[in-house]
Amino acid sequence: MSSILIIEQVLNGLQFGVMLFLMAAGLTLIFGVMGLINLAHGSLYMVGAFAAAAVAAATGSFLLALGAALAVAAAVGAVVEVAVIRRLYATDHLDQVLATFALILIFSEGTRYLFGSFPLYLDIPDALSGPVTLPGGIQYPLYRLALIGVGLAVAVGLWLLIERTRVGIRIRAGENDREMIAALGVDISKLYTLVFALGAALAGLAGALVGAIQSVQVGMGEPVLILAFVVIVIGGIGSIKGAFVGAILVGLTDTLGGIFLPEFFKLFMEPAAGTQVGASLASMAIYILMSVVLVWRPTGLFGARA
Amino acid sequence: MTEPVLETRGITKRFGALTASEDVSLDLRAGEIHAVIGPNGAGKSTLIQQICGLMRPDAGQVWLGGAEVTRLEAAARARAGLGRTFQVSQLAMEDTVLQNALLGALGAATRPWRFFGAALRDAELRDRAEAALAQVGLGDVAAVRCADLSHGQRRQLEVAVALTLGPRAFVMDEPMAGLGAEGSKRMTGFLSELRGTAPILLVEHDMDAVFALADRISVLVYGRIIATGTVAEIRADRAVREAYLGEQV
Amino acid sequence: MIGGMRREALINLAVLAGLVAVPLWALAVDEPFTITLATRVAILALAAVGLNIALGLGGLVSLGHAVFFGIGGYAMGILAHHAQTYTAVAEWPMLIEGTKSMPVIWLVAVVASALAALVIGVLSLRTSGVYFIMITLAFGQMFFYFAISWSAYGGEDGLSIYVRNGFPGLNTLVPIQFFGLCFAILCAVLWLNARLMRSPFGLALNAARQVPVRVETVGLNPVRLKLVAFVISGAITGLAGALFADLNRFVSPTMFSWQFSGEIIILVILGGVGRLFGPVVGAAVFVVLEHWLGGLTEFWLIWLGVILLVIVLFARGGLVGLLAGRSVAHD
Repeated sequence: MSSILIIEQVLNGLQFGVMLFLMAAGLTLIFGVMGLINLAHGSLYMVGAFAAAAVAAATGSFLLALGAALAVAAAVGAVVEVAVIRRLYATDHLDQVLATFALILIFSEGTRYLFGSFPLYLDIPDALSGPVTLPGGIQYPLYRLALIGVGLAVAVGLWLLIERTRVGIRIRAGENDREMIAALGVDISKLYTLVFALGAALAGLAGALVGAIQSVQVGMGEPVLILAFVVIVIGGIGSIKGAFVGAILVGLTDTLGGIFLPEFFKLFMEPAAGTQVGASLASMAIYILMSVVLVWRPTGLFGARA
Repeated sequence: MTEPVLETRGITKRFGALTASEDVSLDLRAGEIHAVIGPNGAGKSTLIQQICGLMRPDAGQVWLGGAEVTRLEAAARARAGLGRTFQVSQLAMEDTVLQNALLGALGAATRPWRFFGAALRDAELRDRAEAALAQVGLGDVAAVRCADLSHGQRRQLEVAVALTLGPRAFVMDEPMAGLGAEGSKRMTGFLSELRGTAPILLVEHDMDAVFALADRISVLVYGRIIATGTVAEIRADRAVREAYLGEQV
Repeated sequence: MIGGMRREALINLAVLAGLVAVPLWALAVDEPFTITLATRVAILALAAVGLNIALGLGGLVSLGHAVFFGIGGYAMGILAHHAQTYTAVAEWPMLIEGTKSMPVIWLVAVVASALAALVIGVLSLRTSGVYFIMITLAFGQMFFYFAISWSAYGGEDGLSIYVRNGFPGLNTLVPIQFFGLCFAILCAVLWLNARLMRSPFGLALNAARQVPVRVETVGLNPVRLKLVAFVISGAITGLAGALFADLNRFVSPTMFSWQFSGEIIILVILGGVGRLFGPVVGAAVFVVLEHWLGGLTEFWLIWLGVILLVIVLFARGGLVGLLAGRSVAHD
């Protein structure tokens, strides 16, 4: 197995990881600040992808499409927060699970009603299409490299937002002491809407970016949602840093496991059987990783001790 | 002198720079009420948590009935004979008074792994639960849902659940909390008799109750015991007056 | 309180009577599809009765109960597949052959899903609250993807079984007989469940859900109580999975899907959490909605979503709660 292949797969894993981070960051923020488990986060990912595909089809501009994904996902997020989600903050997790599961049904079927069951396609912009040659002579798709760049930029931006701005101070205060910041005169319901919309926008952005390398279809959000859950369970719920580390770990484990585990088992098993066992294990690798982390630290790598 | 029923030996617990318990040694002897008092933040709750096994001390030991229990979980200490009541009532609010008492009896019998027969039809469990309810004066409301009890009745039920265990020692966290003058008086009378059943380690804010009930008092300030003695000795103790009563009055 | 209890008992009786009357009527007017729908209600109700022990009694919000449903389904699928192809399930360390006998399949389904519940429970119960929800969900996905990649048993396409498995003395190919079998199992499990709720274990579990710290201070281990509840719960849902597979004569990875985990929770919630008959009412309403709304519009799931939202936001006790008033203490 060549080192070029390995580097390529590591880059693929990173690209997958940073996109997972966009999803996981919103989930973990929403849980950390409002204490809400949001199953409908995957729907916002789907909404972003559909908004981008529709705008790209109408205007031909990828940038406009990205802008639309951010704006529509944020707007839908804000509306949903005001209409439904804010009634759930005081309720138990079971109610949150059910209500947001109901939202998934409404969003998925609503999208199917509007756009039909056939997948839409979102093209990679010309400026970012084709491969680029990396140091060492590795050919790698420029668009995927751009995704890694965008993901890292968002991570840095989010860190700056939370650590260095007034809004960030309020978000952190919201995680620690709700009564206190309400007593200090911060309009807590506006802050909640803002955080939810921010999370929604990140999910929508991820949906649009990934939509260009996969197809845009109903139900695309849920597999990613569940992976994002795995990410934040590994990282520790409520921790942005944990979400980042968890996302990269999951991205790399999933990608590298899919390539190397079948190869590994072929070393000492019949090729067909080895591939079979390796592929089965690879499909479960991230869940095994999650179990191991939990046995070791039940509240995740960076989670507050219970 | 008889061996103490419950004892802490040099318990120390730190949270970062804060020392919640520092070398706390106290004992509870048969037939007595030993009150632990101290201003807010003195470390009374932390001490109780360590005695009952919900928190582990950094150093020191807890002894119950002549055996060391420092490493035992809360459930194991309960089985070893520690009956605990909570400052904020911890009761199954959806269930009846009798069901709450049955839970204690079930714990005492350590036989929860029965899936078929009705708990209410188990004569042994039921007798035990009903006896405890009768002793605290809740026999008449056994069928009432816990959520429909008055605050005072819930405080009584807290004690009843601990009683069903047939404990060697009680640890009570502010049993008077939230009771009015009348309720406190009744509870005081009840606890006074209860010490004959098993000795009580009593953490309490209500000073009238403490001075009326306690055989001995330990004063906890900043995680340390600054004095232990009879009511008269504590009233006269200079360090206590300065550190504690001085602050209060 | 007594009134509420009697009313709930009446409702329960009416539900059972309805569940018997509808297929009998369908038999009289020769509508076999309606019998199949009633069988579906009985089986889904059984799955939800299982979940209700973990969710309603134990307070464990498991978003991964499809695992046990799927294991039950695959227990049937694998055993029947080997029986119909005349191959052995395993030859080492001992010869295990396939079977078309329902009792044997059920036993395997129950034991296998109980074991899976034990392992998943031990790991998941190290955590609580929202972590527990996400972890059970993740275990569900793990089994889902495993089933997809397991090509020996059909992978993504699943397994078809040509002839329904047999039960001594019955012709299970006759819809009403298979319905009767499923209905009898449902009744038996409901009866056991009613006993369980009143038993010492039920009492302790009920308290462990409400005040775990109290349970600990009377000398019981709340986590162990919940673990046992989770295992019992998984075993019952596994049995339902085996029956469901036999109803369709088909198993596929979708039995493991997380949407199905969500649906079983919906069944419990529609009917009323922690109510003995909540899951049965929920399953009946769900199947009727699916059939009726599904006939009206292709997008019936939107309306299911809206109904669910309304129930969660405005009618916490579910349908049994609406009809019978607030829940009463057991016994």
